[in-house]
Amino acid sequence: MSKRKIQETNLPVGECISQVQTILRERFCHQSLPERTEGMESQHKHLLELLKRTSDHGESNSVLIIGPRGGGKTMLLNCVLRDLLEVTDASKILLQVHLNGLLQTDDHVALKEITRQLHLENVVGDKVFGSFAENLVFLLDALKKGDRSNSRPVLFILDEFDLFAHHRNQTLLYNLLDVSQSAQTPIAVVGLTCRLDVLELLEKRVKSRFSHRQIHLLSSATFTHFLETATSQLSLPDDFPDDQFAQEWNANIKALWKDKSVKNALQRHFNSSKDLRSLHLLLMLMLSRVTVSKPFIQPADIIEASRCCMVDSKANVLHGLSILELCLIIAMKHLNDIYDGGPFNFHMVHNEFKKFLQRKSHSIHNFEKPVVIKAFEHLHELELIRSVEGSTAKIQREYQLMKLMLDHTQIMEALQKYPQCPTDVKQWAMSSFG
Amino acid sequence: MGEPDHYSYPSIFIYGHRATGKSYVIHTLLKELELPHATVSCVECVSMGLLFEQVLLSLFGTDGSALLPRSPSLSDFVRIYKQQCSESPVKQTRYVVLEHSELLRDMEINLLPAFLRLQELVNDNVTVVLLSEIVWDKFRSNTGCFEPLLLHFPDYSKAELQQILERDTHPSYTPELYSSFINILLGVFYSVCRDLRELRHLAALNFSKYCEPLKEGKVKESDAHKLWKNIEPHLKKAMQTVYLREVSSAQWEQQQQMEENETGAFKGLSAYAHVELPYYSKFLLIAAYLASYNPARTDKRFFLKHHGKIKKTKAFLKRNEKTSNHLLGPKPFPLDRLLAIFYSVVDSRVAPTASIFSQISSLVTLQLLTQMGHDDQLDTPKYKCSVSLDFIRGISRTVNFDIVKYLYDFL
Repeated sequence: MSKRKIQETNLPVGECISQVQTILRERFCHQSLPERTEGMESQHKHLLELLKRTSDHGESNSVLIIGPRGGGKTMLLNCVLRDLLEVTDASKILLQVHLNGLLQTDDHVALKEITRQLHLENVVGDKVFGSFAENLVFLLDALKKGDRSNSRPVLFILDEFDLFAHHRNQTLLYNLLDVSQSAQTPIAVVGLTCRLDVLELLEKRVKSRFSHRQIHLLSSATFTHFLETATSQLSLPDDFPDDQFAQEWNANIKALWKDKSVKNALQRHFNSSKDLRSLHLLLMLMLSRVTVSKPFIQPADIIEASRCCMVDSKANVLHGLSILELCLIIAMKHLNDIYDGGPFNFHMVHNEFKKFLQRKSHSIHNFEKPVVIKAFEHLHELELIRSVEGSTAKIQREYQLMKLMLDHTQIMEALQKYPQCPTDVKQWAMSSFG
Repeated sequence: MGEPDHYSYPSIFIYGHRATGKSYVIHTLLKELELPHATVSCVECVSMGLLFEQVLLSLFGTDGSALLPRSPSLSDFVRIYKQQCSESPVKQTRYVVLEHSELLRDMEINLLPAFLRLQELVNDNVTVVLLSEIVWDKFRSNTGCFEPLLLHFPDYSKAELQQILERDTHPSYTPELYSSFINILLGVFYSVCRDLRELRHLAALNFSKYCEPLKEGKVKESDAHKLWKNIEPHLKKAMQTVYLREVSSAQWEQQQQMEENETGAFKGLSAYAHVELPYYSKFLLIAAYLASYNPARTDKRFFLKHHGKIKKTKAFLKRNEKTSNHLLGPKPFPLDRLLAIFYSVVDSRVAPTASIFSQISSLVTLQLLTQMGHDDQLDTPKYKCSVSLDFIRGISRTVNFDIVKYLYDFL
């Protein structure tokens, strides 16, 4: 692709779009760190102070960062680390150990990971030698030998902290917090979790060693904030190679928000979830419609993306069922109405279906029982019905009690959208007496 | 998905009915664009180790997968992945495609959330694509996880199905003939089944029968009505047999080749359930059925010589389907009740020998009766009858016993 070098480096549209996609995708998908944390300044300062005290003055600390999923905990921590490591020469002194509750499911595994990351002497290549007890003793010794003045501070970051609390005896947590309370190697323990009640999960001896310092990240953004965030996320930075394109793009974005339907769509989105991650999902869907032939985002794109996010997946599944299966679902709905949501088995559903066939149906003819059983089992596979009790070994298949996992309104809406639905089936669904 | 160097969303969830083309579209896209990918079907992976090995093998070759220890945990997998990435860095997005991902929920609890966040955990440009028939709402774990991008693959409409099925025409016949055949086939099967694979299978099996009158020269191609009349009962029979997999496809084709007046001897799979039982066992089974499906208080009326009539009280008339035992299922009964009914049902005098009791045990082994309660209960074992009404009717016909007269629900 030839780039015509004019005075204000004007790139062809395809190249521009490609650049735009690169930048924006990195923002949405890769969760790259922003320049500064917006709306979290006080928490940022607090955490930075704490970690500075550990690395500079050798003070041991422990803190928990609590916030809902997608609220920005990892982002906050990474920003703080970045700031910490560039300001002082802490990068030479501070040792970091990153643990994740999803990966290190056991204290054994966690211990091996710690010794690996700290490059202690019992690590050769990748293998860690020794049993669990030996490793624990070795690690504690290594940490104990140091003291404030002549050992390097260690930073322990525990992601999904609540999962560590489920380990046996909470050994790892106990030991780490114990070291942080006694005059040994200065360590800082930072835990990230999404559960607000995480302190209840800790045992008494662990909780007493914890400093009870918590940083909460509960966003209190308003809708205007939300709009501003969306604008800033979509805008191109100043150092974009093609200035004219960047200006057109940013102006287009600002003009979008003036459209009423777009604003409503965003408002609906905001009402259901405020966090940045779901906004990224929405923006990602919009971005995937930007092509060379359509280089700017249109309002229709936003409305389509919003609709995609809000769709009811079960309605989509109901759309694809055959008529026999649909009739079975309507029969189950009637049974639910008559028996107030009590569980039912296959024979009861079949009975309802047969009553419908005798009385009202013209378009559906009588199917053999095994065929109806096959349709019933297909519904079971799709998990639209689920069996109620635990042990199913002693009861025959046809008599097992099941529950319908669909709602009355979902069924009625799906019926409206069902293609070529016979009218007697529709009328049967809407009548209140089977 | 964006261009190869771009980042793509960390996890995508694709759902849709069977045979709507989910895996096909993904594979074609990945092959044509030549992106590095790993496809794993979760049905094949009974343990996590198999899953990890396949992914590492496809993405990094045999040396990558050889580094995995014996029974790898997720931590090992992430560590080796990171190592391999640093050894062979690629700027392109790698894709990991997991089919039948609903089975991931039944494996370890941390597996699904970890895969959804794989991009974050390994710090690499990788996207995980999950394919499933079940909706995402059923996958969420208790504390939440990284929400993937949801994509729906809609099902085919009737016209679209017809178009697709018409594509595999037989070489010696015209396309119009085949499309009229597909029309008839869809007319019979569409209201029952919409699965593309099943319909193709049925079309392939039945087309030769459809063309039989043409081969024999009885009708011409344009005689649609006669062709329809010929094939329709055949298709109806197919619904009861091949569709339900009672008869294997090979047997079906054999059956088609025989003349019409010779057919009849082919037994479906469920016909094999008619076991030949000894005389007393049949009566034991009948007695068990009556014990399961009749309430205990009505035994007096059915089985004693001098009984009163059942008064047609209001409760009797009001008994409706809610209480009908045939809808609710069989009830357990103690052994004494079974023997009492047995002695009154059997016409000859029978001594309570051990052979009668051993026949009860063999009925349990054959799974015609189910034993309820603990194995250790030797005093009053409880049983339940697990045969259907049609089966027991067949059996009672062979011993000349009219069972319907003795059933409370049919009074």
